[in-house]
Amino acid sequence: MASILFFLSGLAVIAAWWLSRQGLMSKPWLEAGTTDDLPDTENSRATPSKIGLGVFLAVVGSFFALFISAYSMRMQLPDWRNVPVPTILWLNTFMLVLGSLALQRGKSSARRRDMHELRVDLLAAGVSTLAFLSGQLLAWQQLAEEGYRLTGNPANAFFYVVTGAHGLHILGGLVALGRTSERAWRQQDSEPLRQSVELCAMYWHFLLLVWLVFLGILTGWGGAFIDICRQLLT
Amino acid sequence: MVDVPLGSTGAVASHPIDDVELYHPHSWITKYVFSQDAKVIAIQYSLVAFSVGLIALVLSWLMRLQLGFPGVFSFIDANAYYQFITMHGMMMVVYVLTALFLGGFGNYLIPLMVGARDMVFPYVNMLSFWVYLLAVLVLVSSFFAPGGPSGAGWTLYPPQAILSGTPGGQDWGIVLMLVSLMIFIIGFTMGGLNYVVTVLQARARGMTLMRMPLTVWGIFTASFMALLAFPALFVGSVMLLFDRVFGTSFFVPSIVEMGQPLERSGGSPLLFQHLFWFFGHPEVYIVALPAFGIVSDLISTHARRNIFGYRMMVWALLAIGALSFVVWAHHMYVSGMNPYFGFFFATTTLIIAVPTAIKVYNWILTLWRGDIHLTVPMLFALAFIVTFVNGGLTGLFLGNVVVDVPLSDTMFVVAHFHMVMGVAPILVIFGAIYHWYPKITGRMMNDILGKLHFWVTFLGAYAIFFPMHYLGLMGIPRRYHDIGDMAFVPASAHTLNAFITVAALIVGAVQLTFVFNLFWSLRYGKPAGGNPWRATTLEWQTPETPPPHGNWGKELPVVYRWAYDYSVPGADQDFLPQNQPGFTSTAPGGLHG
Amino acid sequence: MAVALILVLIVVGSVAFHLVSPWWWTPIASNWRYIDDTIIMTFWITGTVFVAVVLFTAYCVYRFRHRDGQQAIYEPENRKLEAWLTAITAIGVAAMLAPGLFVWRQFITVPEEATDIEIVGQQWQWSFRLPGADGRLGASDMRLISADNPLGLNKEDPKSRDDILIEGGELHLPIGKPVKALLRSVDVIHDFYVPELRAKMDLVPGQVSYVWFTPTRTGSFEILCAELCGVGHPQMRGTVVVQEAVDYQAWLQDRIVSSFAHLMPAPRDLVAVPD
Repeated sequence: MASILFFLSGLAVIAAWWLSRQGLMSKPWLEAGTTDDLPDTENSRATPSKIGLGVFLAVVGSFFALFISAYSMRMQLPDWRNVPVPTILWLNTFMLVLGSLALQRGKSSARRRDMHELRVDLLAAGVSTLAFLSGQLLAWQQLAEEGYRLTGNPANAFFYVVTGAHGLHILGGLVALGRTSERAWRQQDSEPLRQSVELCAMYWHFLLLVWLVFLGILTGWGGAFIDICRQLLT
Repeated sequence: MVDVPLGSTGAVASHPIDDVELYHPHSWITKYVFSQDAKVIAIQYSLVAFSVGLIALVLSWLMRLQLGFPGVFSFIDANAYYQFITMHGMMMVVYVLTALFLGGFGNYLIPLMVGARDMVFPYVNMLSFWVYLLAVLVLVSSFFAPGGPSGAGWTLYPPQAILSGTPGGQDWGIVLMLVSLMIFIIGFTMGGLNYVVTVLQARARGMTLMRMPLTVWGIFTASFMALLAFPALFVGSVMLLFDRVFGTSFFVPSIVEMGQPLERSGGSPLLFQHLFWFFGHPEVYIVALPAFGIVSDLISTHARRNIFGYRMMVWALLAIGALSFVVWAHHMYVSGMNPYFGFFFATTTLIIAVPTAIKVYNWILTLWRGDIHLTVPMLFALAFIVTFVNGGLTGLFLGNVVVDVPLSDTMFVVAHFHMVMGVAPILVIFGAIYHWYPKITGRMMNDILGKLHFWVTFLGAYAIFFPMHYLGLMGIPRRYHDIGDMAFVPASAHTLNAFITVAALIVGAVQLTFVFNLFWSLRYGKPAGGNPWRATTLEWQTPETPPPHGNWGKELPVVYRWAYDYSVPGADQDFLPQNQPGFTSTAPGGLHG
Repeated sequence: MAVALILVLIVVGSVAFHLVSPWWWTPIASNWRYIDDTIIMTFWITGTVFVAVVLFTAYCVYRFRHRDGQQAIYEPENRKLEAWLTAITAIGVAAMLAPGLFVWRQFITVPEEATDIEIVGQQWQWSFRLPGADGRLGASDMRLISADNPLGLNKEDPKSRDDILIEGGELHLPIGKPVKALLRSVDVIHDFYVPELRAKMDLVPGQVSYVWFTPTRTGSFEILCAELCGVGHPQMRGTVVVQEAVDYQAWLQDRIVSSFAHLMPAPRDLVAVPD
């Protein structure tokens, strides 16, 4: 369960940092009658939807961290046999990176109120993400043809379930991206539109990160990385 | 996500808000059915949760009838018995307690107590309820599915949960159970995002974190924990569902079932237990923390005294919330996991007793030198202290690894967790309903019926669960459909079992007076006015009672003081509402520490 | 007044119930007296806290009940009092934890001289395997399980030849000899539980767990399953019979005929084994 605990400690650090700025040591009964010296000015700048998405990503992160925890716990048993990494996964990764970059560009286009650019970016993000998803399906097909079926052994099952769960999250993101694009085509630039683009970009970056971590574990680089860290510490 | 930006701190609060279209429901349907008003959603959540609670209560009667009078009721065979315990446990823990505290009280109280007009994502909030209802329907439908509901115990341990030796294992039961849990978690996540972000973003001007009532602190912390802990159950459910439906081997090693080898290999049953308890233990505190918060406010209000050691109370809540994520394996001391884990988890588990004890001390120190009004909510709060202390202390037995060895999986465990996370939080729920009913309906609940309900419930529940510890100490295992003959069990133990059953039937039956009171008082209760308990927190200061959608009329409240200015020396009444400007305490007590 | 009185009665009643009710643990029959001692100590500490907290609550309810003209005191906190209470609680918790961990260390450290035995669970019966003359258990594998090899022993392993199998019967143990029970399950999770021995551990399919104890009292004791294992869970019973060394040896001689070699002769010594 190291991965999930690591993830949660990260969240705990953020929470502790945030709480430390909220006057947890203050004595509220001595401060009656005042409203001016509120410590939460920076709060009001972030919009509720952004905070909401942040919290939601914490939930999604905990979901995948738990999968990865389970994966690595199972991996330690002696009969573990890794799934070979289909080459197409590298192409898929590239596609997902493209999607993320396109949305990042979209964010700045939206900020510049360049509607034409924004539409191109949204379209590019949508297409490359769809390419990612179809690539994932191809990878599944390839593996299945090579005899690595879902029920074959736990490693296969983990591969299909985790990539499936990740794909479903991407699919959910595509729905939001679709609605954002529809809005981008229908109307001229507006504050809600810019916000939606920002939220999409945030979501895409996060899912890219999740994918890279999982890929790292699949290829064994994650394990190697941890070993190096361990050696550095000792 | 949502398109209606609602009052965020500062900017909106400082000047009168224009009429927001959203707050004017256009038809009966949008007002009462597909309502986006957190208060209506709260009542919808509560009514569904109460209905599920009544089903679960009847199930507990059936189990107790079998345990108290084995063999008398022939329709409660082993199959049915295990289905009853499973559904009772799962319903009570997830679909009743979690839903009531977070979906019910969270929705009603958070916006009112922090001075917001509504949750920040009202549409998602509404969806949350309907998804929850769907989860409940799927769960209940398993009663009518072929093979009936799952009988795997609420812990759903594989491999037995998905094998044919367990009711529902190879039928629909376990599938519906897992699907329902997954739907529930999706629905909860929608609600949970609202509870957390509303507290973070929609507090009224002047409502710093340290001015929030402990109820909000408790629900806020619990929601956050639930958001992070429920994914563990979700992941476990997905994997178990794959094992059951597609024949994968996440949790099933190569085994021989009833003489037939199964085509599985390599699964790890312990992996499921880790995932389950990674959710399961925080879940205990997800139920307990809102109860802690609410009971703090009940005690403070009805003892007319500020909550003692408010800062400690907040720190303790946060400490408990954080620690509860590193104690999960204390449910697995005898599970065959690496025995050296025992040292770590026993230590963390017993450390968590310290902040919990601090909370108890502060409750009783709030009573000390107070001005105690023995109203019905206060009675329930006192009963909470007694049952929670009792159940918490037996937790020290079970958390201390070696003491757990003889006691685990016995009736001692059943008695312990019913006392601490069954009886104690439910007493708080009742107290809270008697307390906030006047705000919700504008009328008081009947006092005499309330006291009858209180005494029978409290003393009855204590009579059920206190002696049960000793059955476990004797060695009677839990989850036995029929104890049968055990050489070490004297005949008197069967008498005790029958006594417990009778007490359970009485306690169950007296809940009808509560249900009756709820409906009767709606019509015939004494009109309450806006603030019958003379409380300080914001929900009692709304311009109208019951508050309409939007809560605050034209202008949002501004907060000038913490939530516990009771009996301030020199003030002309014994409470100062949070939105009352002016008077500053010059009490010598204020200078303490 | 009545409320305070009832709170006091709850304390008195609970303590009285604890002291005089006939329901208490069964007399111990193993070396785990330490566990009992730790429980007794925990009862003392927690009992004191329970009595103190509820009596104090009762006192407050009586002494500070609402009367006309009474006003509560305004004291937001008292750091000194809170610090004291925290410290005392921490000491009390440590007083329970330290001996608990100490005994746990013993519980998981098997003495060198312990005899290995095997306890196998399946829906819904107990089977046992004793090591025979060589004092060692042979290897086993789930995939070897068949109608005439119910525990899946490996017949190629010479150590398994003299192993004694007891299916669904009584487990006999000599008094005063430490035993390390290796726990294995062929189907679902079970739990080996004998109330008189105080020890308990899950049998998990796919792995071998263990528990050790030394029987200290002769007699026969019931084995219960303490982990829900399907509809037959309560019927999954067995018996441990603890005997004096002489009686045990006599019993063991009678069981040699049920050694694995007798039950399932390996092909190559079909002839060699006299019957």
